[in-house]
Amino acid sequence: MMPPGPPTFASAGATNVIGALLEQRTGQQIAANRAWRVETALKPVLRDHGLETLDQLVGRLAGERNGPLADAVVNALLNQETSFFRDAGVIETVVEAARALQAETPGRRLRIWSAGCSVGQEPYSLAMLFEELAVSRGFAMPEIVATDVCPSALARARAGRYSQFEIQRGLPVRRMVTWFDSIDGEWVVRPELARRVQFRCHNLTRDPAPIGKFDIVLCRNVLLYFASAVRRSVFDTLRSATREGGLLVLGAGETVIGQTDAFRPSERFRGFYQADGGQPAPARVSVR
Amino acid sequence: MKTCLVVDDSKVIRKVARHILETLNFTVREAGDGREALDACLTDSPDVVLLDWNMPVMSGMDFLRALKESGISEKPKVVFCTTENGMAYIRAAIEAGADEYVMKPFDRETLQSKLQIVGVA
Ligand SMILES: C[S@@+](CC[C@H](N)C(=O)[O-])C[C@H]1O[C@@H](n2cnc3c(N)ncnc32)[C@H](O)[C@@H]1O
Repeated sequence: MMPPGPPTFASAGATNVIGALLEQRTGQQIAANRAWRVETALKPVLRDHGLETLDQLVGRLAGERNGPLADAVVNALLNQETSFFRDAGVIETVVEAARALQAETPGRRLRIWSAGCSVGQEPYSLAMLFEELAVSRGFAMPEIVATDVCPSALARARAGRYSQFEIQRGLPVRRMVTWFDSIDGEWVVRPELARRVQFRCHNLTRDPAPIGKFDIVLCRNVLLYFASAVRRSVFDTLRSATREGGLLVLGAGETVIGQTDAFRPSERFRGFYQADGGQPAPARVSVR
Repeated sequence: MKTCLVVDDSKVIRKVARHILETLNFTVREAGDGREALDACLTDSPDVVLLDWNMPVMSGMDFLRALKESGISEKPKVVFCTTENGMAYIRAAIEAGADEYVMKPFDRETLQSKLQIVGVA
């Protein structure tokens, strides 16, 4: 007989319960090849709450599924990987598309939605390019709304404070010195750029789309780990937020093909998707 | 394969940079100060120079000025890589014609990102 081993840090059951909590709150599923990250990601949460094992954590969660502990678990498990000018060509195409759309409807202020904006690099990258375009060509600054489900990510995004490592990923040095101040070893976005982005808390799987239509919606590297039914419903929400003829921009590994009829590949902007003329399906407010 | 000249008076930094650059598929050459670096560029100009600021014999800044004045036709891209992380230094480097700036300590992602920005990675 095998001798009893040391107490395990995580039972499969505990990981399942935690995975279910994440999915119920955000739609995100923990892929099998990322399950190992659960323990590492939750270590600080355990420490902060005086817990030693995931089983203890699950025990505590059973009594308070909506309390601050559950929030901390969900926040810790969300993948928030991002960088300035991520897939730089895509960000530039967004600006090109905005110019084309603006030329078609002069006088109307364009609206852009960065859905799943993480700690803010994506909307700030766009804001920098549009500011430059405003100076060089008098382009009217679009309204940029940036949302995420994670309150702590949004707090960081609003503060616009980045570490030395974060500020050096994707951001050209000239833009760094133009748009950021160096304060106590961190890089802080200047107020004139910060005021160009409105950050709001928004859950793509639960909340109705923000009010008003958007010309361009970016939802990059968010849908990857949604179950397909959830993804379909999120596409409907995104469609309900997009002006007819407006554009949806997904991450490099994401597509609408075979997933929804609400968008089709854009003929003008490679890799982008266009909101079809047909009646948009009503946005579902709740998935569960 | 692109060539990167790593210019730093610290052997350890050169070794770390070499290791990262080789994983990014660069051919790496090394110089211990600005003077050696200038000679290396005059003999066989690399695609990019990773340049420390404070070095004996000739500083990174003096190297950059000399490089600009040299008759080298295909000038390499110049990426500062230094512990001088203050805004005044960074602005001075840009004004002197540096293409990019890496603040130490750096990691593989930082280096790769900056080399992509200058168009050599
Ligand atoms: C990997 S990051 C991508 C950030 C950025 N869009 C990019 O491509 O660099 C994914 C972000 O989506 C957010 N997210 C996950 N599920 C969400 C949901 N149901 N509603 C809104 N945001 C969500 C996460 O909190 C995270 O900040």
